[in-house]
Order: sequence, then C-alpha cells, then structure tokens
Amino acid sequence: MTPTSTPTAVSARGVDKTFSTKQGEVVALSGIDLDVAPGEFISLIGPSGCGKSTLLRIIADLDSPSSGTVEVFGTSAHQARLDQRYGIAFQQAGLLPWRTVTGNIALPLELHGVGPAERAARVDELVALVGLGDFAQKFPDQLSGGMQQRVAIARALAEKPALLLMDEPFGALDEMTREYMQTELLRIAAETGAAVVFVTHSIPEAVYLSDRVVVMSPRPGRIADIVPMRLGRAADRADDLREDGAFFEMITAVREALHGAPVTGPRGVETR
Amino acid sequence: MTDAAIALTPPRRRARDRGARLRLWGYGLLGIVVLGLIWELYKALGPADGLVIADARILPRTSDLAMPHLWDMASRLAEPVTRADGARPLWLEIVLAASLTLGIAAAGWVVGVVVGIALALVMQRWRLAESAMLPWIVLSQTVPLIAFAPLVRSWGSRIEIGAFEWQDWMSVAVIASYLAFFPVAVGALRGLQAPDAIHLELLRTYSVGWWATLRSVRLPAAVPYLLPALRLAAANAVVGAIVAEVSTGLQGGIGRLIIQYAGQASGDPAKAWAPIAGAVALGLIAAGSVAILGLIFRNYRRAEATP
Repeated sequence: MTPTSTPTAVSARGVDKTFSTKQGEVVALSGIDLDVAPGEFISLIGPSGCGKSTLLRIIADLDSPSSGTVEVFGTSAHQARLDQRYGIAFQQAGLLPWRTVTGNIALPLELHGVGPAERAARVDELVALVGLGDFAQKFPDQLSGGMQQRVAIARALAEKPALLLMDEPFGALDEMTREYMQTELLRIAAETGAAVVFVTHSIPEAVYLSDRVVVMSPRPGRIADIVPMRLGRAADRADDLREDGAFFEMITAVREALHGAPVTGPRGVETR
Repeated sequence: MTDAAIALTPPRRRARDRGARLRLWGYGLLGIVVLGLIWELYKALGPADGLVIADARILPRTSDLAMPHLWDMASRLAEPVTRADGARPLWLEIVLAASLTLGIAAAGWVVGVVVGIALALVMQRWRLAESAMLPWIVLSQTVPLIAFAPLVRSWGSRIEIGAFEWQDWMSVAVIASYLAFFPVAVGALRGLQAPDAIHLELLRTYSVGWWATLRSVRLPAAVPYLLPALRLAAANAVVGAIVAEVSTGLQGGIGRLIIQYAGQASGDPAKAWAPIAGAVALGLIAAGSVAILGLIFRNYRRAEATP
C-alpha cells in the first residue's frame, strides 16, 4: 500500500518493450508515459501494431516492460496482479464452456476462496448488473456473442476491482450490439466507479466512452497525443450523443491526432 | 436473437442428436447383418476347398468343419457343454467365463487409467518429463504381450507381503493394464495441453497456481480427449486380459475357453465359435460401459459458440 490517500490507478513511466524475433529486435513500445486517475475512462486507440494491446498486457502483468516502470494503485504491476487489483476482459469472451453463466462469473470468487453464500449473493448482483437474469443457468454456447461478452464483463467485475482492463471487448460484435454494449459499459463503469483502460481501433467507440483518448502511433509504438473529450461526464452520456455536433468534433480531433495533421473531407462520416 | 429463439435452440439440437444416434445404431446393426450374410453366402457359393493360390490359402474352406452355419453356432449355445450328466448349457459357461474375464479386465482398466493419467500429469507439469518419457511410452507398446506375460506371472508369484499373496488373476490384470494405460496417457496429455490460451491467461490474471489451474481449466478441458481414450483403454484391457489368460494359463476365463474349445473343433466345430462371440460381446460391453461416463460428463463436451 502507498502512503498517499488516492494513488493514481495506473502510472506508466518511460515504458519500453522490445520483442526479439527471427527478423531481429522489434520495438513494440517506446517511452510510454501515462497516468490514469481513479474512476477515469481511458481509451487506447491506434492502428494495428501500435502496441496498444501490449501496453494493456504490461499493465495487467501478462507481459513485462523491457525498461521503465508501471504502477497500479501505487504498487508494481506484478504486485497488483497478485493482489487482484484489476479485472480484465479480452476480445473473446473466454468463458469456460462447461460452466453456466453463474459458474463462469463465480470462477474468480471460487478460486480465491470466497464462501458459497457470499459467492451466490455476489453472482446474483452481477447477473442483474449485466442484465442476464433470465440466462443465469444457461451455458455459453446457448448465448449470443453480446451476452457472452456481458458475462465476461461481469466476471471481470466479480471482485469489485477499482480498475478494469479491456482489450477490444466489443471488436467481434455487430454494430447494433456494439452500441448497446457501449452504453451498458458506461452505466456499469459509473455504478462501480472503476477506472477503465479500454483498447479499441474504433474512433467513435473511443470518443463515446472515454474521458480521455490516448492516440498511439506505430513503429515504434508511442503516444502521439492525448485528447480530452469535452462531452460531459461519461456516466451521463446516452445514445443521443452519437448524433450531437460535439461528438463529431471530438471524432475529428481524434482523427487528426491519429493522422498527425488536419484531415480533409466530410466530417463525421467514418463509423469505425 | 430473441429470448424464445435461444430457449428453443438446445432442445432442437438434442432431438437431432438423438436421431443421429439412432441412425448410428441402425448402421451398426446393418453391418452385423451384412457380415452374417457374407458368411452364409460364401459358405453356399464358395469352392469347397477354399481359394488356394501358390500353396497359400487365400480364402477358407467352406466345409461345416471350417465354417459352421450361423444357426448351428446359435443352437449350439443352448446345448450342454459336454455330454456328461449335469453339464451346464454352453451359453452359461460362456457367460460365467466372460464375467470372470470382464472383472479382471475392469481391474486392469482401473489400474491403467490411474497410471495413464498420472503419467500425463507428470508430463504436462514438466516439459522435460514429456521429452524423456513419451518415446518410452510409445515404445512400451511394441513389446509383444506373450513375451512378458510369463515374466509378470513369475515375478508376481514371488510377491508375498504379510497376509497378502499375489494371485494369478492379478498378473492378468497387470498385463491388461499395460495395454490400457497407453491410450489414456497419450489422450490425457493431449487433453491437458488443450485449454485455450485465453483461459490459461485468465487464470494467470487470477494469480492461482498449477493445481487450481489443473482443477478448474486443464482437467475439464481434457474430458473430450479423455473419453475416447478411456473407451479405447477398455477395449485394450479386454484384449490384454484374454491374451494374458492364454499366455499365463489362467483357468476359468474366456481366453482359456477359446484355446480349449478350439482343440475340440474337429469334433464340435460350432462350439469353438461360442467363446469367440463371447469375447466380442465382452469388448462391446466394456467399451459401451465407458459411454455412460460420457453421459455423466456431457457438460464438459460443450464447445463455446463463436459469437
């Protein structure tokens, strides 16, 4: 634990990551400095190969940085993983096919020795939170992709983490489900007060969800710009924001940051 | 997808499964009938001395001695084993012998499954163990059973610990387990290595150890690989038990009857086929019993639907 009362959720300082491949050294990340405040929603966006997933994996301590430090709530990323300070969701839901919805959500609680009564109560809460009450006893193969992903989010929230790491969780969903899930995620993040680090390659998704959008550029992966979203509190956002002028302005701002220069052409046309 | 559509999907699939299973059974029965027809057809139409090419008999003689009628074999089952007074009917003799062999094979199967899974666990846990042991496990199956069956028997006969004394049937069970452990070891290893990377990574984020990962992900993921391996092991255990009965000279089992009745075939050709049919039925029963395990573990055979 740290002496400060409210340590930043994530603090990355001078993070480099180099992979050695047969073709030689590949620099995936270079000189990453990033702070995420408690309760803040941050999106990492950039083209393929910009290292956004690698950065997320380093925060999750699934990879380690070649140099630099990452602190999560004032402790090392490694200690944060041991202490279960974050919940994580991947692009695939990654549910265990032989467990029901409740069994999957209960998995982390079971593994960490939470008693049956407490576990059942918490799972009931989570099932209600992600709106799957009628499907609690279904198996993953009986659910749609969006439902599976909601189960995965519930599982990530099971131990009330103050940090949620999400690696393109809606990437495999169709556009309608995706927009629905985005609004759901904003509601859930507001209800739990968790900070979120969200990897995506969709500009509207990043703009709609985030307090700040971290724009990354490839070869080597680094932070090109951090664009604050002037769209009001994330928790108060709803679907009508998608048709708001301010929304399109922010999309343009992120696009310009991505391309490194003012973008010509019609505004707000890009949907992905 | 609407809620109703989701609720309806599984039963429809179950019904389709049931239809497919019935059809499979039908094909299986049809295969047996066709085999019987070929037997009788060849017996009726084939040359009496069989087909001989360059002193090698390619097809068997069609005499009643070499190829009794199927109905003769069937009716022979109802008659007594010998002409002696109070002799049991042949079918009862076969059933009794087959149950003894089945018991021994079951013991061998259990030992083989335990040893096979233990080996797979060790190989999964330590990479080095896999490279060191797997070639030997494969090689072990090339040793001819009849070569070491007498060895097992003579080693066993020297074991005597307190009140425990090695029985001859235990030698047979050990040899059966020697055939049974192999598919289990290989299948279980593949199964334990089968979990999706995403599941293993998830467990890593939970920072739990090898045992918890084994229990919650690796073992459940291994079930679809284990079930066919267990079935194969059951069939192997039966074959191993029969061969071992013959080579160790154990009395009372179906293997012994096969040899004994084959010796009487010149006088009673239909009788020799009875223990063979018994052995076939034994293999089917053993493999079929494992299918019950498949029912118990059916939830572990679900595949996650792709979104």
